[in-house]
Amino acid sequence: MQLSRRLFLSTAALAAVIGLNGPALAAGEVNLYSARQEALIKPLLDQFTAATGIKVNLVSAKADALLQRLKSEGRNSPADILLTVDAGNLHAAQAAGVLQPVQSAALEGSIPAAYRDPAGHWFGLSLRARPIMYVKGRVNPAELSTYEALAEPKWKGRICVRSSDNVYNQSMIGSMIATRGEAATESWAKGFVANFARKPQGGDRDQLKAAVAGQCDIAIANTYYLAQMLESAKADEKAVAEKIGVFWPNQDERGVHVNISGAGVTAAAPNRDNAVRLLEFLAGEGAQQWYAETNQEYPVRSGVATSATLRAFGEFRADSVNMARLGEHNAAAVRLMDRAGWR
Amino acid sequence: MISVAATLPAIKALPRPDPWRSGVVLAALLLALPVLVVFSFVFAPAGEVWLHLKQTVLQEYVTNSLVLLLGVGVGVLAIGIPAAWMVSLCEFPGRRLFEWGLLLPMAMPAYIIAYTYTGMLDFAGPVQTQLRDWFGWGYGDYWFPDIRSLPGAVLMLSLVLYPYVYLLSRAAFLEQSICVLEVSRTLGTGPWAGFARVALPLARPAIITGLSLALMETLADYGTVQYFGLATFTTGIFRTWFGLGDPAAAAQLAAVLMSFVFVLILLERWSRRRARFHHTSTRYSHLPRYQLRGWRRIGAIVGCSIPVAFGFLLPALQLGVWAVDTVDAWLKADFFHLVANSLMLAAITAVLAVALALLMAYGRRLRSSRPVDLAVRVASMGYAVPGTVIAVGVILPFAWLDNTLDAFMRAQFDISTGLILSGTLAALVFAYCVRFLAVSLNTVEAGLGKIKPSMDDAARCLGLPPRRVLREVHMPIMRGSLLTALLLVFVDVLKELPATLILRPFNFNTLAVRTFELASDERLADSASAALAIVLAGIVPVILLSRTIGRSRPGHDQTVC
Repeated sequence: MQLSRRLFLSTAALAAVIGLNGPALAAGEVNLYSARQEALIKPLLDQFTAATGIKVNLVSAKADALLQRLKSEGRNSPADILLTVDAGNLHAAQAAGVLQPVQSAALEGSIPAAYRDPAGHWFGLSLRARPIMYVKGRVNPAELSTYEALAEPKWKGRICVRSSDNVYNQSMIGSMIATRGEAATESWAKGFVANFARKPQGGDRDQLKAAVAGQCDIAIANTYYLAQMLESAKADEKAVAEKIGVFWPNQDERGVHVNISGAGVTAAAPNRDNAVRLLEFLAGEGAQQWYAETNQEYPVRSGVATSATLRAFGEFRADSVNMARLGEHNAAAVRLMDRAGWR
Repeated sequence: MISVAATLPAIKALPRPDPWRSGVVLAALLLALPVLVVFSFVFAPAGEVWLHLKQTVLQEYVTNSLVLLLGVGVGVLAIGIPAAWMVSLCEFPGRRLFEWGLLLPMAMPAYIIAYTYTGMLDFAGPVQTQLRDWFGWGYGDYWFPDIRSLPGAVLMLSLVLYPYVYLLSRAAFLEQSICVLEVSRTLGTGPWAGFARVALPLARPAIITGLSLALMETLADYGTVQYFGLATFTTGIFRTWFGLGDPAAAAQLAAVLMSFVFVLILLERWSRRRARFHHTSTRYSHLPRYQLRGWRRIGAIVGCSIPVAFGFLLPALQLGVWAVDTVDAWLKADFFHLVANSLMLAAITAVLAVALALLMAYGRRLRSSRPVDLAVRVASMGYAVPGTVIAVGVILPFAWLDNTLDAFMRAQFDISTGLILSGTLAALVFAYCVRFLAVSLNTVEAGLGKIKPSMDDAARCLGLPPRRVLREVHMPIMRGSLLTALLLVFVDVLKELPATLILRPFNFNTLAVRTFELASDERLADSASAALAIVLAGIVPVILLSRTIGRSRPGHDQTVC
C-alpha cells in the first residue's frame, strides 16, 4: 500500500515536471534557440515584446549543441529561429536542412547581399571585424600590412592568438582558404604558428592583456572585445585597452576578415510569421543602433551610426567573401590548423 | 488430459520472472542508453578523419590525458588520505573546524577555480604585475610558473577533487573497528606503522572508490582543459565532433577514453582479488586520538590549512571581491529564480539517483551474476563522459521516441502529439542521473559492502522478504552512506554545466548557466556573483555531510572493546 502511494506520488511529480515545461506553441509567441547569450539579446527581445505583444521564449546554448538539438527534434521542433554568432554554424544549419528560405523585402532591403544567404535561409544581424591589434609605441603601424605578412620571420615570438578550437579563428582561416586556396594557407599558417609568443590560450581579451603586459606585441582579436574594454567600468581593463591600437589589414586587396551574428527561420517553425517579424525587428534601425551602442558591434544595415568608440577605430574595408564560404571551408580550416600545429 | 499433464512440469520449470534481476537490468539499460547511443557511432565509417587525427593530434591527446590522470591521482591521494587520517585519529587545535573545512573545495566547480587562479596568476594578472612593478622586470626577465599548463590543470583539479578521497577515507577510518587498531598496538606497532599496515589497507576499498570518482571527473572535465588550451581527449572530442563535423570519429575518441575507464576499473578489481573487507567485530569504542604536540601539532595545522586555503578560501575571496565590484549588475530579481532552479534540480536528481543506486547495489547483492554486474558497470560509466556527449546521447533517443510516437499518432488518429519528453526538465534530470549515477552507486555500494552478508541471512531467516531487509535493516545501518550519496549528487548537479546548457527548456536558467555565459564572454568579474552562489549553495550540504559522517560512527557510546 505504502509503496503504491509512493509510486503514485512520484509519477504525479514527474508528470507535473513534464507538463509545466512543455514547449510553448500558443499563438502570440515565438521560440528562439540562441547561441548569443541571454544578457546580450534579452533587452532587444523585451523591446520586441513591448512593441508587438509577441512573447519570446529563449534557450541559449552553444551553437553546435543547439544545432544538434534542432536536428534531432526534426519536424516537431518547437524552435522558430536559430540565432548564432558566426557564419559557420549558420551554414552548417542550412546544410543540415533545418532552416527554411524566407522572402522578405524588409530584410533584403536592409542587409547587404554578402551578409545573407542568397536563398534567404539566414540573415546577418551584426558584424564583428577581426583585425590586427598592436601595442602602441612598441609596434609601428607602418610595419603592418596584411594577415599574410604576419608569417614573416620578423614577428617571431611576437604574436598572441587564442586556440584554434575557437570558431572565430576557424572562420578566419576559412576565409583565407576561400581566397588563397588550401595549400597557400597551410604554408602561411606554419610560418604564422612559428611566430607565436606562447601556446594559444585564453580568450580574445586575454591576448590583449598579454600583449600590453609585454608577452607579445601583436594580437588578433574581435573589435567588440577591445571596444567593451574601453567602455569598461574597471580602470585596469580600460588602461590595458588604451594602450592597444587597431590596424586594418589587407585594405588594398580583399579587406579585413569580418564575421556575422545572424539568424534563420527553422524548417519546422510553428510560428513562422512571428519569426519573420522578429528577424525584421532585429534588422531594423532601432535594434541595429542598439547592437552598435550596447554590444559594440558593427550594424549590418548601412546608414546606422556606430558608437563613438567604434568610430575611433576608423573606417575599414571588409572582406567581401560571402559568409556562406566560411562555413564551407570550416572542416578544412580545422584540419589545416591541426597540421600546422596551431593548438 | 494426458497432454496437459505432460506440459505442466515444463511450465513449472520455466524460470519465474525475477523482479530484482529484471529491474536492475532494465534500469541499467535505460541509464546506459545515452552512452550506448554515442557508442553506436563507432561503427560508422570514419577512416579518413581518424587517419588525420592519428597523424596530427592523437598522440598529444593520449599523453596529455594520461599525464593529467596520473597527476590528479597522485595529487588527490597525497592531500586526501593524510588529511583524513589527521582529523579522524589525531587531536590538535582546530581539528573540528578542519573536519568540515576540508570538504569545502568540493563546492567549487573546477572551471571556476581555473578562472579565478588564472585571473590572479596570469602574466597580466595582479600578482605578476605587482612583481614586475616592484622589481622593474619585463617579460622574459624572470621565471614564473605558467598556470595555464598541464601542471596547472593537475593542480586545479587536485584542489577541488581531493575531497572525494578525503570524504570516503575519513568515513572508512571512522568506521574501522578500534579493536583492529588496538590489537595491532599490542603487537607492537607504532602510530605510523598502525596507519600504514592496518588502517590504510582496511580503508583501501573506500580510498579506491574516492580515487576513481576523482579520476572519472578528471576525464570528463572540459571547462578547465579548454580554458587552459590543453589538447586532451575531451577537447579533442568536441573539436572532432563540431569543428570537423564528424560524430563517428568523435565517438571513436570517446571509445578510447572509455577504455581508460575500463582499465581503471579492472585494475581496481584485480588489486582487490580475493580480499574481503567486512569487519568481523561489531564492537566499537571511543577512538583514543593521538595527541599531537610540538612540531607535529604545527605540522598538522599547516597541512590541513593548505588545501582549504588554496582550494576554497583564496578563490572564494577573489570571487567575493569581484562580486562586490559588480553588485548592482546581479542584484536583480531573477537572481533568486536562478538559485531556486538550481536547488530544485539538484534536489530532485539527488533523490532519484540515490534510489536508482539503491536498487542496483542491492539487486547486485541479491542476484550477483555476470549480466547484472556488467549492466551496472556500463550504466555507471556516464560519470567519465563529458556532459555534452551525454546530452547528445539523451537528445537522440528521446527525440526519436517523440517523433516516432508523433508519426504513429498522426497516421492512426490524425493527432500530433509533438515532443513529449524532448526539451523538458524530465530529459534534463534523466541526463543528470546518467551522468552522476556512479557517484551515488559507488557510495551506496561501499556502504552496503560493509554490512556482513550474515546480516542478510539472519534477517531472511527471521522471515523478512528482501525488500524489507533493505528498508528495515540495511537502510538504517547505512544511513550515513545514503546521505553522503545524496549530498554528493546534489553538489555535483549544482555545478553541472554542459548538459544543463543544451537540454534545458525555454526560459529556464540556472546558476551554472549564468556563470558560464558571462565567463565565456570573458566577463569573469560579472560572472563572480553566480559562481559564488553556486559555491555558497554547495557549502550547506557539505557541512551537513560532514556532521553526518562524524555521527555515523556506529556504537560510539560503547566503551568495551
